[in-house]
Amino acid sequence: MELSWTKAKAVFAGALGPPLFWLVLFFLVPLGIVWAYSFGHNVGLTEISFTGTFANYARAIEPLYLKIFVKSAWVAGLTTGLCLVVGFPVALAITFASEKAKAWLLLLIMLPFWTNLLIRTYALIAVLRTEGYVNMSLGWLWHGGGLIAALLGLKPIGDFQPLELLHNNFAVILGLVYVHLPFMVLPLYSALDRLDRSLLEASLDLGAGQMRTLFRIVVPLALPGIASGVLITFIPALGAYLTPDLLGGPDSQMIANVIERQFKRANDWPFGAALSFVLMYLTFIAIAIQALMSRRSPEAR
Amino acid sequence: MSDKPPIITFENITKRFGKMVAVDNVSLSVQEGEFFSLLGPSGCGKTTLLRMLAGFETPTEGRILIDGEDISSVPPNKRPVNMVFQSYAVFPHMSVADNVAYGLKVDRVPAAERNRRVEEALELVQLGGLGGRKPDQLSGGQRQRVALARALVKRPRVLLLDEPLSALDAKLREQMRTELSTLQEKVGITFIMVTHDQDEALALASRCAVMNRGLLQQVASPNDLYEFPNSRFVADFIGTVNLFEGVLAVDEPDHAVIKSPEISTDIFLDHGVTGASGGVVWAAIRPEKIELHKRPEGSTAPSMGDAPPGANAVAGTIRHEAYLGGESIYEVEIGGGRRIKVKRSNLTRWDQEDFALGEAVWLCWHACSPAVLLS
Amino acid sequence: MASARKYPVGPLEYLRRWQMQAWLAAVGLFLYVPLIALMAFSFNDSRRNIVWKGFTLKYYDKAFHDASLIEAFGNSMTIAAVSTVVSLILGAMVALVLWRFRFPGKTVLDGALALPIVVPEICMGVAMLVFFARVMPWPQGLVWPLNLGAIIISHISFSFPFVAVVVRARMASFNREMEEAARDLGAGEWRTIVDVILPHMAPSLVAGALLAFTLSLDDFVITFFTAGPDTVTFPVKVYSMVRFSVTPEVNAASTILIVLTVILTAVALRLQGDPAVTAGHAPAADKS
Repeated sequence: MELSWTKAKAVFAGALGPPLFWLVLFFLVPLGIVWAYSFGHNVGLTEISFTGTFANYARAIEPLYLKIFVKSAWVAGLTTGLCLVVGFPVALAITFASEKAKAWLLLLIMLPFWTNLLIRTYALIAVLRTEGYVNMSLGWLWHGGGLIAALLGLKPIGDFQPLELLHNNFAVILGLVYVHLPFMVLPLYSALDRLDRSLLEASLDLGAGQMRTLFRIVVPLALPGIASGVLITFIPALGAYLTPDLLGGPDSQMIANVIERQFKRANDWPFGAALSFVLMYLTFIAIAIQALMSRRSPEAR
Repeated sequence: MSDKPPIITFENITKRFGKMVAVDNVSLSVQEGEFFSLLGPSGCGKTTLLRMLAGFETPTEGRILIDGEDISSVPPNKRPVNMVFQSYAVFPHMSVADNVAYGLKVDRVPAAERNRRVEEALELVQLGGLGGRKPDQLSGGQRQRVALARALVKRPRVLLLDEPLSALDAKLREQMRTELSTLQEKVGITFIMVTHDQDEALALASRCAVMNRGLLQQVASPNDLYEFPNSRFVADFIGTVNLFEGVLAVDEPDHAVIKSPEISTDIFLDHGVTGASGGVVWAAIRPEKIELHKRPEGSTAPSMGDAPPGANAVAGTIRHEAYLGGESIYEVEIGGGRRIKVKRSNLTRWDQEDFALGEAVWLCWHACSPAVLLS
Repeated sequence: MASARKYPVGPLEYLRRWQMQAWLAAVGLFLYVPLIALMAFSFNDSRRNIVWKGFTLKYYDKAFHDASLIEAFGNSMTIAAVSTVVSLILGAMVALVLWRFRFPGKTVLDGALALPIVVPEICMGVAMLVFFARVMPWPQGLVWPLNLGAIIISHISFSFPFVAVVVRARMASFNREMEEAARDLGAGEWRTIVDVILPHMAPSLVAGALLAFTLSLDDFVITFFTAGPDTVTFPVKVYSMVRFSVTPEVNAASTILIVLTVILTAVALRLQGDPAVTAGHAPAADKS
């Protein structure tokens, strides 16, 4: 029961004007300029001429950068997969918990979500670095093991070599999973929560086991929720800047780090702009795939 | 009815939503003090009609008059009618008393008078002392009373009720039915109620308008609707009916005979039929107006006395029985696979004439029982 | 738990299966051990902060006397507060328009409004960098807090669509008969909005405000691209500190922010009573 805008033009214009103005001037225009830059090239230090060239895009798909795109997509995909595997049981448990337990579990998942990203990344650094808690615990165990070995009269096992847990791809993926897990759990939960419980009971009643029920009933029906969870996790993971920057090593650069370098250090704005738009197009493709999937799902709602 | 001018008049009201015609050229008037009901299946246009009266929809064509004045250009907040919504629409963030006081606050009624009237209204709907409660602390029935009090406190010319009992469970519905009608007698305000429940309309209304697919079918008292329906739709919508399609074989001023291929006996009527022009007619016989007799081997059809022998009596076999406590509904097969519903009151605790499945019976009825329908 | 085990686990009581409990415990540890360790070691009396050497508050003292850290914190709070207020107004306005009206270009507006939510942060960051460098240079050397203008504008741009989503989701559950009831009882348009629509919207405004505030406080990337040398925010400051090393001062500052987040979340939950609302989901009671 929506009202036609012609019925209350003044109210309509008054309420739509300010947000629309803001959206256009402070979001669409800036994006548009970046888009325009992606077809230009540097003239001198700060001057950029719009020549309508596709050279920047051609350079963006050169093997050097293509490799980074592929790697970013792969890292984001792996992160999303891990989040799904870790998060699905959590979402399932929350869905079928009692009202009280549900509230607490949701809060438990959401609190890190509200906590500052930088702080969470920093907390991981403190855990993973060579003098971090993991290595400290391992070292302590090693030391203990060495003492026992000595007591038993075995050969000394030598000094503890701390594991290199930071500044590598492992750290980046761990960090991305750590940061994005709530993004996956919340949409999964909301999809599972909408699911009609009697469908599960019907499946169990008809003789299917728990696992069969899970994979033949719950997963297909929750597919739109799974798809949106995957999307919500994949998009920010694909464009992640901070995690690879702080946790990654020289070889764990993702696309966002390359873009940042073009703008802040290399000062090649047109090329950075082209990279940005390639990233955006990839994002849109992911959204389009998700939209197609949810349209094909059995639960059209 | 009196010859006073009607309080509400719908004049050739048509409402279209795009291509869909929700209300099709309806003209109708309601007298002051009536408990009027708009009855029909869902999507028949009854709610649209009510909402046009309240001002939430505007008619595409036609005029609506309240007390003889065209109110087409009056916004809903200025109309002298108030509504009890289907969902009750009790404001969840206000206490019961604040809900009831809302309309008076809007009208800037002084606080002292306002409080007095709110108290009165709450007493009227038997919610005295619950003014401080929040709606989520109330039962469904109590929320409805709040909605009633909230509308009545404004002393509207007409109270509109949109499916007022549909959200209540069966027991409560029965109880609220009685209360609604006592309430209407007490306050003396004209009530217009929309419902799809025929029992509700028959039990409450002094007059009903039956609608179907946007068209007004019949406006009459509950009794007339049931006993003198003007169409198959009304006959079938109100209560249960056995319909026989046939032709008028005899049509005299004091009697008539309908012959139907669906039934082997003549249907004899003790009155003439007006308006029939030789085409198809339907005889409608209510289940409770059919008598059931045992049919021993070789017995002849019983005569009802007011019909010639061989008319209004047909042989059949009991095929189904639904025992409902106070009465039993039998389905009787009369040949050609046709089944007829017969209702029989269980007058004694040990029924002397128990009918069993497969038993042979006679069905018969009085000459005044069938209603003749021309459409 | 032990007493709850006395009756058998129902087929759908997944939470009562030990495998599930173990899984939840592991995820809980994964999410919370780093944060709790970080907070705990902010009180550790040791620079190398590996082994517990005793309780101290000296790093808090240091953090509170670090003028640049305090300034960054103040900047972040100011930016978050201003951006929240403006986002709330803009977001609620556009949500109401989308809820209420049918108009040509509605789908386009819907799509455009989703853009700031889905566009990668880095893209938005560079767009803002370019915009404030070339199109609308923010004047240098303005007095505080005007010098934060560019950052505030960027934060509003990505926050208000989130507010709009939350408000709109809430309005979808609004019973239109409530509005009609108010009109029927004599209220005009404006009065109806104030008396009926706004009260229904209120929980989503709280949730939206919390979301906008957190998003602003949390943002590093976009701020990183719009901030100048004299407009350092808390995340940007922590970033530069983290780049050098892990120090107890950073732990202390982080702990303060975590505690602040917890308090904010608790306040918001208290205000609306249901944690599910905060996540943007309809409260359980609305579903029945």
